[in-house]
Amino acid sequence: MTTTTVSPRALRRARRRQSFARSWASYRSQRTGVIGLVLLGAIVILALAAPILIDESALSVTRATGGRMAPPSAEYPLGTDETGRSILALTLWGSRLSLVIGLTATVVAIVIGTAVGVTSGHIGGWYGWIALRLSDWFMVLPSLVVAIALLAVLGRSMATTITVIALVSWPGTTRLVRAQTLTVQSRPYLERAKALGAGHWHQMTKHILPNVLPLVLASATLLVPSAILMESSLAWLGLGDPSVVSWGSILNRASENGAVSAHAWWYLLPPGLAILVVVLAFMMCGRALEAVFNPRLRGES
Amino acid sequence: MTLLEFKDLHVTYRGSRGRLPAVRGVDLRVDAGETLGIAGESGCGKSTLAMAVLRLLPKSAEVSGEILLDGEDLLKMGWGRLRAVRWTGASIVFQGAMHSLNAVQRIGRQIAEPILVHEAKTTPAAAAKRAEALLERVGLPPSRARSFPHELSGGQRQRVMIAMALACDPDLIIADEATTALDVMVQAQVLRLISDLVTERGVGLVMISHDLSVLSAVCDRAAVMYAGRIVEEGPAHEVFAHARHPYSAALGAAFPVIGDPAARMNPGGLAGDPPDPARLPQGCSFRPRCAVAVERCGAESPELLEVGSARVSACFVAQEGMPVVL
Amino acid sequence: MTERSLPADGASLEAPSAGRGRVSSGFGRYLFKHVSGAAVSLLLVLFSSFFIFRLIAGDPIDQLTKERPVSAEQRAAMRAELGLDRPLWQQFWDYIAGTLTMDLGESFQYRRPIFDLIVERLPATLLLSGTGMVLAVLLGFWIGTRSGWKQGSRFDKGHVATGLVLYSAPTFWLGMIVILIFARYLGLFPVNGMRSPSTPPDFWSQAVDIGHHLVLPVLTYTAVVYAGYLMIMRSSILDELGSDYLTTARAKGLRDDEVRQRHAVPNALLPTVTLVFLALGSVVNGSIVTETVFSWPGLGTLFVNSIFYPDRPVLQALFVLFSSSTILAVLCAEILYWFIDPRIRRS
Repeated sequence: MTTTTVSPRALRRARRRQSFARSWASYRSQRTGVIGLVLLGAIVILALAAPILIDESALSVTRATGGRMAPPSAEYPLGTDETGRSILALTLWGSRLSLVIGLTATVVAIVIGTAVGVTSGHIGGWYGWIALRLSDWFMVLPSLVVAIALLAVLGRSMATTITVIALVSWPGTTRLVRAQTLTVQSRPYLERAKALGAGHWHQMTKHILPNVLPLVLASATLLVPSAILMESSLAWLGLGDPSVVSWGSILNRASENGAVSAHAWWYLLPPGLAILVVVLAFMMCGRALEAVFNPRLRGES
Repeated sequence: MTLLEFKDLHVTYRGSRGRLPAVRGVDLRVDAGETLGIAGESGCGKSTLAMAVLRLLPKSAEVSGEILLDGEDLLKMGWGRLRAVRWTGASIVFQGAMHSLNAVQRIGRQIAEPILVHEAKTTPAAAAKRAEALLERVGLPPSRARSFPHELSGGQRQRVMIAMALACDPDLIIADEATTALDVMVQAQVLRLISDLVTERGVGLVMISHDLSVLSAVCDRAAVMYAGRIVEEGPAHEVFAHARHPYSAALGAAFPVIGDPAARMNPGGLAGDPPDPARLPQGCSFRPRCAVAVERCGAESPELLEVGSARVSACFVAQEGMPVVL
Repeated sequence: MTERSLPADGASLEAPSAGRGRVSSGFGRYLFKHVSGAAVSLLLVLFSSFFIFRLIAGDPIDQLTKERPVSAEQRAAMRAELGLDRPLWQQFWDYIAGTLTMDLGESFQYRRPIFDLIVERLPATLLLSGTGMVLAVLLGFWIGTRSGWKQGSRFDKGHVATGLVLYSAPTFWLGMIVILIFARYLGLFPVNGMRSPSTPPDFWSQAVDIGHHLVLPVLTYTAVVYAGYLMIMRSSILDELGSDYLTTARAKGLRDDEVRQRHAVPNALLPTVTLVFLALGSVVNGSIVTETVFSWPGLGTLFVNSIFYPDRPVLQALFVLFSSSTILAVLCAEILYWFIDPRIRRS
């Protein structure tokens, strides 16, 4: 027995810090993960700095000064669109919306998914059964079809886009969280907490949630890229909010205005590559995170 | 005639923690038709030794020394020759038959597979017939050939492994903890089966176990391994009954004699853990756990020297002729 | 996007619910459990489609008569014609009965039975996504197996990187780039559509023409989808890599590729069967975006065109068709699982 008394809270904090440091070291050892993180940082900074770099007036159709679908020039390094706006400005500003929609939809999906997963795993019974069936059902439905159908009837706006993407993305998280909840549930310390009279709320928030959260965050990193891809597809199909600029909507205008037949590669490449790079960066981070939580993948045998 | 011989075998694993020596200079030989037992705690290197024979160790293992099978050095063989020797020269009965069998293949096919691989002239039908005969020989109905591994009990699966090991009539069979996972009655049956087959077919057997009593029941000779080295070797029942190394003595005493009040009052076993291979103690690696260690044990590592007729021990105390148990 | 599902290495390849529950009494019970589950799912789809398109979507007469002045009598007549004047529960019942008897109603935009429209356009969709799916699965599994087997090798790293990049590309964008390069700049393939009007009507000329039109859409579709299968197969092989039965196989004297093909692959394939069947389900609905980029006259283009008309009955019918095809595909996977994985049958 040691004589120094440490408060349980401090002990817990120290333990969390330790495990975080271990995870971080393990993450850092993966080159692709680090590259993904750096890419992501750069993209976020660019998106945040967009108003400083290029004035918002560059997005206005009426105040556009460039030629109609003009190739790259000194004044417009990435050329112009059919109304004479700078593609560079559009792509830079588009990043804000694509990221915001991707992240918001993921957060909503994660919150719903975690709430349903924890409660269905913890409470079980009829509620748990129905929640499981429902998430299985959602999981099987073709998500793009559901998203298109819902957007077609709900109308096009940023809020509906986010809602629809979140609605088709939550069941994966639910499944993951539910499985993890059931595992945690069977551990002895939860028995002990129950024996000591801990209520459901206490058990779920103080014991299950902290154990589930790291896994949820890792999987969220992989949900964001699919949300961004989904948003761009919907916007390209013409189902995006017509009043804002996102990468998908730029490409929607490009194909509506015959950019392909006009050989206007400068109109197509920047927004498309932007989507590709962001999605790739998220995927690299997500895969590295997964490897942190699943050592088998680190290739040590 | 010498069937299998290890000459100064070293196996070192390269890992994230650096180089870990698992086998550190083993010299050992098995004659044709002879049965040799290798005993030791888990982690002492005995399974590594078994896997080294057919060069089944992972890529991270560095092997040096010689492993002579019928006079031919396995470590110098080309891949083609090595594949030809695998299972025909020596076969292995692995531990944990559930995982060592392919879960989605019928066991008849798994037994017939090495026959088809090594004997180009055998037809699949003939190989299947032989597989059934082998199943019968190990005490299973031939109809079992159509079963999947999960449909069998643990003992039956181990019998399948034995049948499989016999498929190509090897001169040497290595049984790696072949009976460890079985309950006592089944273990006895499987052990008897192995002994019978060994005498019937005249094959050499290397039997690996942490249980000295198992080895003494089946084997002519026994070797005891500790921290990657052989520490004692001799006739199996002698090693078991009158150990000449404190570690063998402790290993033998770890299995109490039922009904013996002395064993009840004074439970055997050994304090402490085997040494971390990354940080082996200086001198004799057993010294930190040894009850009879003398000053010299901390300074030099004892060689394996003769301590009686056909017996060797790597213990200074035993080499002086002193008792190794208090 | 619905067209792809890419688990990272660690994503657990969960079998269908078959893998989860242990079946206690035989195939009959197993079958009943899954068939009834699928039936409930299908009913839910019918119910939700009615809910989405009749209740949320608003009055179909408004959609039908947009931009046209119509009198109240005309509206009432249309309402009666479409059966909208009847109580809601009766409309719902008519809808269910109609769907089950393949009477899917009439399209607003084509003024033809929807069933005929679907039958007419289904072959084009099956041709495009069927070809693409088979290629993607074969390519993905082939590369994934070798990639996982030699984890960390140059082959592995190169293919994982390529796959990830292609996977990260939006389908529609990749399609546009492919058209730009191969059709516009190089002129090797047609820009869009499925056949040229000038082709002679005989079978072979038509077949060659369609094949010519098929190349770019299939290329796009496969490029985006195959990485998913690559990753799944790779991670499945990685799961098997350290297994004892592979050591046994090696000890028996098998060559490395024999160990892989005869032992590792059959075990690794098991958890992926579900995914292949899910893929079959998405053959019907998975090429919406690709079809749209290439104006391929299939169900996907029909679906997208119906959004903007708006042709609600077609949207509704296709929603049901697309959803039920995946549900049925999952059901098939679950049934098949019984036969291929001996471990499920353990009682």
